[in-house]
Amino acid sequence: MISLAGRDILHSWGKFIFTGVGLGLLIGVTLVMAGVYRGMVEDAKVLLDNSGADLWVVQKDTLGPYAESSSVYDDLWRGIAVLPGVARAANVTYLTMPVRKGDRDVRAMVTGIVAGGPGSPGWPPYLVAGRQITRGHYEAVADLATGFALGDRIQIRRQHYTVVGLTRRMVSSSGDPMVFIPLKGAQEAQFLKDNDAILMQRRRTAQNPTFAQPVPGLLDAVVATQTANNFVNAILVQVQDGHLPQDVAEPIRRWKRLQVYDRAQMEQILVGKLIATSARQIGMFLAILALVSAAVVAFIIYTLTMDKIREIAVLKLIGTRNRTIAALILQQAIALGVIGFVVGKITATFAAPMFPKYVLLMPFDSLTGFFAVLVICVLASLIAIRIALRVDPAEAIGG
Amino acid sequence: MGKGIRIEGLRKRYGAGDTAVDALRGVDMVVAPGEVVGLVGPSGSGKSTLLKCLGAVIEPTAGRMTLGDEVIYDDRWKVRDLRALRRDRIGFVFQAPYLIPFLDVTDNVALLPMLAGVPDGEARRRALELLGALDVQHRARAMPSQLSGGEQQRVAIARGLVNRPPVILADEPTAPLDSQRAMAVIRILNDMARKFETAVIVVTHDEKIIPTFQRIYHIRDGVTHEEAGEGRTPA
Repeated sequence: MISLAGRDILHSWGKFIFTGVGLGLLIGVTLVMAGVYRGMVEDAKVLLDNSGADLWVVQKDTLGPYAESSSVYDDLWRGIAVLPGVARAANVTYLTMPVRKGDRDVRAMVTGIVAGGPGSPGWPPYLVAGRQITRGHYEAVADLATGFALGDRIQIRRQHYTVVGLTRRMVSSSGDPMVFIPLKGAQEAQFLKDNDAILMQRRRTAQNPTFAQPVPGLLDAVVATQTANNFVNAILVQVQDGHLPQDVAEPIRRWKRLQVYDRAQMEQILVGKLIATSARQIGMFLAILALVSAAVVAFIIYTLTMDKIREIAVLKLIGTRNRTIAALILQQAIALGVIGFVVGKITATFAAPMFPKYVLLMPFDSLTGFFAVLVICVLASLIAIRIALRVDPAEAIGG
Repeated sequence: MGKGIRIEGLRKRYGAGDTAVDALRGVDMVVAPGEVVGLVGPSGSGKSTLLKCLGAVIEPTAGRMTLGDEVIYDDRWKVRDLRALRRDRIGFVFQAPYLIPFLDVTDNVALLPMLAGVPDGEARRRALELLGALDVQHRARAMPSQLSGGEQQRVAIARGLVNRPPVILADEPTAPLDSQRAMAVIRILNDMARKFETAVIVVTHDEKIIPTFQRIYHIRDGVTHEEAGEGRTPA
């Protein structure tokens, strides 16, 4: 038996291809939107993986250091490092800010890490060029996505750093590339005020009647505490083999009065809380795009069917079964969906790397998208099928 | 009568009550196998309604229709599958050819037997045979848009004949054609009617082809009157 749908498509292939390309671009955008969400989740996981930590020790009652601001004293790590089950503990700071190179600003997550070497919590686990930071000041390792090159001089607040190493896929949960610098420099960038602010602070402190007492050195001591920057955002902890992170976390919570998150909890914070709103936003976009796609397919199939009303009347008059006519329309709708999906998949695959943030196209999403497109096409063709089946074969006779 | 079509007291009423319209008021008609009869009448006389009733497209209100040896309507349809009846036992030729634009000439003709379950190869063989008989075999692979009006109408006739129906209903088949081509179409219908023992009813307004019919049924106000035609075979 002849495939009526196939013959019609071959006969008016230009119309189908152009319509399919239009639909494909829409499907491509939908796949990219799904990829953006997957990319955000992946970025969050990569951030956690690359930190090399089993536990995140942060300020009590906060969701820090990624989802909320957190400050803990930078000497607390010593007490944590000697607890049973702790292999290594290290201070870390995170601050998303512009990093300047020449006259160009790059939004990056500046990460302050302590000396300790590769494998220490917070350090970039691998480099693609150059070396790790070996000095306590003015050296940086940058993610490739920053666009920095080895030897580049970059400016973070008032200080200049030389890029000595390059890494990749080191990004924040919002996709900003990371720049690693020594902890002291990062603390200054985060907590240290500029000179004018320090002077103003001193003046205000001196004028405060509380400190205007005849105690030698009182004012200097107060000013010293005010300008000191002895905070970090978190302490990253690696647990010794044979110990459970939950067991190690408990005494830190109890005795150090700090918040401790294990990997699963931190992932829940990042994925479930930090990017939840974005996920809902993307979900809305996906729903709207699905509706628009359905409307487009429905309109196209409706138009194609209306163009064939006379032929359909003739087909019915000469004894064509309703299911043959329904199959003609349904197959065309599905063919349109398949063309659209192929174009959309190709578009998304080629367009994804061009997006500034990581777009992760997962085979499962593509498969789901493919079946969703088929379902949408089938549903969209129902109106046209209904119209076709209601065509009176007498229309072919006229009169 | 072994084949052909016989219609007795066929009535068709549209609507009900005060607004009811009797489009057919007791039509009688007999067309023998191999015979081509004309059905003529002014607009609104009931030609199209009669054609739709004969074509099993609409249901008459009363009367009797016999196709070949089988009573297909006797105050109600006696055939369960009207679609199959139209497909297998009634051939249609329309005012415009209404060929399926996305099928080539062969497949336009072969589609009907294919719909009836005939294997594709056999259906195409039958189609090519008919196209040969109608002298359009050389356009077998052409698309309808590539044919002239006369060629399209011949293909449409081939489509109407391909399932060897006992009756063909032709609705003003010469309307869009010039005299020469119109006569050619009537000649083909006559030839095919004789060759395949098919009863052909041609609805027409076309004065120039009316003399070619063996018999003519005039229809006015839903009633037919038979008249002997000149039966001049077109040159």
